[in-house]
Amino acid sequence: MTDFSQWDKGIGDAIAADNSITLSPRHWEVLNYIQTEYKNEVPLSIRKIGKSGVVDIKEFYALFPNAPLKTATKIAGIPKPVSCI
Amino acid sequence: MMAQHLIKGLDKKNWSISIVDERKEHYYQPGFLFLPFDQYKPEDIVKPISQFIPKGVDFVNVGIEKILPDEHQVVLANGNTLIYDLLIIATGSEIAPEEIEGMKGSEWGKSVFTFYTFEGAKALRDKLKNWEGGKLVVHITEMPIKCPVAPLEFAFLADSFFKDKGMRDKVDITYVTPLSGAFTKPKATATLEYLLKEKNIHIEPDFAIESVDNDAKTIIDYGGKTVPFDLLVTVPTNKGSDVIERSGMGDELNFIPTDKATLQSKKYPDVFIIGDATNVPTSKAGSVVHFEAEILTENILRYIKGQKMEEEFDGHANCFIETGGGKALLIDFNYDHEPVTGTFPIAGIGPLRLLKESRFNHFGKLAFKWVYWNMLLKARPIPFVSAKMNIAGKDYN
Repeated sequence: MTDFSQWDKGIGDAIAADNSITLSPRHWEVLNYIQTEYKNEVPLSIRKIGKSGVVDIKEFYALFPNAPLKTATKIAGIPKPVSCI
Repeated sequence: MMAQHLIKGLDKKNWSISIVDERKEHYYQPGFLFLPFDQYKPEDIVKPISQFIPKGVDFVNVGIEKILPDEHQVVLANGNTLIYDLLIIATGSEIAPEEIEGMKGSEWGKSVFTFYTFEGAKALRDKLKNWEGGKLVVHITEMPIKCPVAPLEFAFLADSFFKDKGMRDKVDITYVTPLSGAFTKPKATATLEYLLKEKNIHIEPDFAIESVDNDAKTIIDYGGKTVPFDLLVTVPTNKGSDVIERSGMGDELNFIPTDKATLQSKKYPDVFIIGDATNVPTSKAGSVVHFEAEILTENILRYIKGQKMEEEFDGHANCFIETGGGKALLIDFNYDHEPVTGTFPIAGIGPLRLLKESRFNHFGKLAFKWVYWNMLLKARPIPFVSAKMNIAGKDYN
């Protein structure tokens, strides 16, 4: 996704399915948190998400296996964390 | 820098300026990258702070206990209190290796190093002098870090260092990052990926470190992935100063919520923040401070006159990146524009080329040390380089 304004839950579900994930209400709680941080221009990291009070790191990996930050941001329709180059 | 700017702009009859800093020395931090490879000597990159305090500015050489922003006061470590009409926070960012279990364990200083401090860079230099080879792992703990490209530069310089010593075949270099690749922007990825192949640097992406196993000499991520090392060069978690935590003014990494375009505190109108201490979404880099300083000065003068702040800071950063073998590249970008190819600073002419390796750029990186001590710290403008990024001369499609 290159344009967050084009995102909707259906797209989120489709991207999740591509990654072999079926989204539960618990998944959506975490995705909503990630989207809120993005709108507030707060950069995300695994540790930050773990300290958010929304989900701990173990559960984050369980919900979005392998590369959870990359996967969750993709499903949420927001750019993955990037650096200057 | 801000004191230099403001001492010229403020009426001396009505304003006094104090700089509070517990340190006696100022480091040229970009030089830390070169110390481990003996390309700079320690004395090249440290000078007494007193040399840079402008005439007429008071230097309070004491630590800070905390800031009381509701009372407009700064409590010093010696118990004294300073009352301010306007506060500029420039407390920077520091490494916090204790945030990761085992990072400051038994191997710290033996096979686990960082070049993000003066002492760390010197210790790594001593290690590299006699290191006989093995698995070199260059690692980033989590973002944001200051100078985000320095770990990659380290990997590039290490490749050249070991080639020059005739031992590159004895060293395996792996770059481990919490990001999805060594390069994360499309143009930079397309233009620079060849460097990784050419220099035989392996990438381990999406690695969120949980701990360092000092006995097994392995780093372990939260998902259970492991990377073994013989020599680990890590960039630990970067946090803002503890002063900010004691003052209750920062986020969970002690960075201060700052308006990204005016540089005013989001909570306290008489507080402004510059440099690494902010939470603005651009790189934590020296050039950013230079561009912020020009714009912040104007906003402070507006604030004093009771005028509206102008949203002028565009996140401009301009950075040289060492690629080894006596070459470097240059990138110029801001909040809204990724680094692209082009000419800099004069559109169409240059003489520097953007996002392209050259020896000329390498000399530029080395010359920057002189520019830092003699121009940037003295708040002198750099010819042809504006605070706001120039779109002209750049290849945006």
